[in-house]
Amino acid sequence: MTIMTYRQALHDTLRAEMLRDERVFLMGEEIGVFEGSYKITAGLLKEFGDKRVRDTPIAEEGFAGAAIGAAMLGLRPVIEMMTINFSMLALDQIINHAAKIYGMFGGQARVPLVIRTPGGGGQQLGATHSQNIELFYAFVPGMKVVAPSTPADAKALLLAAIRDDDPVLFLENLGLYNTKGDVPDADAPAEIGRASVTRPGNDLTLIGYSRMAHVASEVAASLAASDGLDIEVVDLRSLRPLDRATLVESVKKTHAAVVLEDDWLTYGIGAEVAASISDGAFDYLDAPVRRVAMAEVPMPYAKPLETAALPSRDDVIGAIRQTLAAVGRRAPRPAAANGVAQ
Amino acid sequence: MASQARQRRSAPQAPPAQDAAGERDGQLRAFYRDMVLIRRFEERAARAYTDALVGGYCHLNLGEEAAVVGLMSALRPTDYLFTNYREHGYALLRGIDPNRVMAELYGRVDGVSKGWGGSMHMFDMTHRLLGGYGIVGGQLPLATGAALAIDYRGGDDVVLCTLGDGTAAIGAFHESLNIAALWNLPVVFVIINNGLGMGTTVAHSSAEPDLYKRGAAYRMASARVDGFDPVAVREAAVKAVEAARGGRPYLLEVVTERLRGHSVVDPAKYRTADEVERLKHEDPIQIFGSKLTADGVLDADAIAAIEAEVAGVVTAAADFAARSPHPEVATLFDYTYATPVPNDSRRLPGQPLFEPLPFPAGTAATSAGVSA
Repeated sequence: MTIMTYRQALHDTLRAEMLRDERVFLMGEEIGVFEGSYKITAGLLKEFGDKRVRDTPIAEEGFAGAAIGAAMLGLRPVIEMMTINFSMLALDQIINHAAKIYGMFGGQARVPLVIRTPGGGGQQLGATHSQNIELFYAFVPGMKVVAPSTPADAKALLLAAIRDDDPVLFLENLGLYNTKGDVPDADAPAEIGRASVTRPGNDLTLIGYSRMAHVASEVAASLAASDGLDIEVVDLRSLRPLDRATLVESVKKTHAAVVLEDDWLTYGIGAEVAASISDGAFDYLDAPVRRVAMAEVPMPYAKPLETAALPSRDDVIGAIRQTLAAVGRRAPRPAAANGVAQ
Repeated sequence: MASQARQRRSAPQAPPAQDAAGERDGQLRAFYRDMVLIRRFEERAARAYTDALVGGYCHLNLGEEAAVVGLMSALRPTDYLFTNYREHGYALLRGIDPNRVMAELYGRVDGVSKGWGGSMHMFDMTHRLLGGYGIVGGQLPLATGAALAIDYRGGDDVVLCTLGDGTAAIGAFHESLNIAALWNLPVVFVIINNGLGMGTTVAHSSAEPDLYKRGAAYRMASARVDGFDPVAVREAAVKAVEAARGGRPYLLEVVTERLRGHSVVDPAKYRTADEVERLKHEDPIQIFGSKLTADGVLDADAIAAIEAEVAGVVTAAADFAARSPHPEVATLFDYTYATPVPNDSRRLPGQPLFEPLPFPAGTAATSAGVSA
């Protein structure tokens, strides 16, 4: 076990996989000479050379498609989309091709491709650079979508994604790159398609992924300390496939759920989670499933507006209190009066 | 536009030299036979479509037979082909069993793509047909990437990627040609210019209607060839493939005609009466056949023998396709993922996410506990 950042875990895993398997190579904009916009690939060009760490022109559709074609011939490309916003330029290649090729040709060609890309707002980057559109990919059969929230999962899920024979959208987050955590030293890929209960509890199920799984853990710890609440946290980790069984098992125990997401509310990941809970645990719910999501606006640049648009810890705590009040097990109390750490 | 296309085609090439007659004549007869195979296969496919045995869209290579034959003859068996949705002829000339090509049109289990692809999505790794693709331009980045994989491994195979004239207007064309040239990838891009993207002429879709000239933007060698002459197409393609094998990607424009509508159901009403009349006399098979007859390579008996042999192949293909089973519904979820994954949704429409709970909840469990 080593303590390292989410960024370091990604870097070290890419490097280890390139050492392990010659078919693994990297492509993307500014990943080589510039060492990556977020420095995930720092040093790798120097170590592996420009055949295996390939800087591309600004041509998301072109290089994503080239990666798919190379994968069809048996290579295992890991491409970096500088942010998930730019991946929209490659939607045709990812959705119409990467996700279809295995099925459309009756299983004759595989596409072992990893698309690494960070989502996340909160950096005053404005409307086009602050989106969370992982849903686009999670909507599509043939895609796998994973969203690690911790350095340990960053490693374990990246190992799994690279060794998987299907296209995997690997969602990172700008707000997580500098977070630290224990990372097992062992070469142990996670299982794609599995959520995990990262904190057991009995009072309410708090569900999140990527940055919001991190927020969920913080809020649960904080409410345990301040209110003695026993909140169970579920980190989705995999958006497609979605591990509905783990969600439903949790809610059958807690009888209440709040879903956190950095994307927009309407039609968002949380909507699917809430619908799944309704299907699988209808008789166990003591209150409607609440969702906490980004405000449904093009993200503004001005800081107070941006802050208001993003889900905060206060927003989450408010939703939890209201849900528990609806359950009848806890009275709503104003945040200021109970000493909750913000 | 189609008449412009015709004017752009050069005069048919001189007949083969007498001294190489034996081998050369054999190849010319084989070209003619393959052109007839594509023609009769496509006519049979159109009939099957009209008989509702083939569904979806069905785009035919009618008029493009010489282009297909010339291009495919320039490839080694280990070279790769990426093409678009107008690909039946390419599948046949890559050496795929016509039975399996027809069975794919019928959506049967013996089809080249096991009934999952249909007319637009033929694929066979053994014969290195790496796909017909239905999204205009979608195959170009993929072909570029296949060439990248060849280069990565140090192989000497080549990728040939065909596209229509309308595809020269899409962004993926630019991105792919730029990347291929920038990285010196072994790929030949071939524009099959039949003068029409559905019903839109090249003049209405391209600011540079001499499409091969676009290669200059990438410092990529390029050429235009008469797509009614299989020998000329082959020679141009051989030159292009040789360049690509040396790491110099190439852009080849093959000027041809589409004798029917965009797909089987398109009556092509956007064509003028003059154009329709002209096309009745513009048939690459007739032109090539007349030339070979005049040159003494073919005669009426040989043509009749070819027609009879091909008719047998096509009839057998249709019979095979009709006899091949439909895929079992139980296989519906077999090809979503290559690597099995937990929680993969395998539900038919209307099936619940979870088994309905016993009602009232807990009663069943309690009585089960009692009885145990």
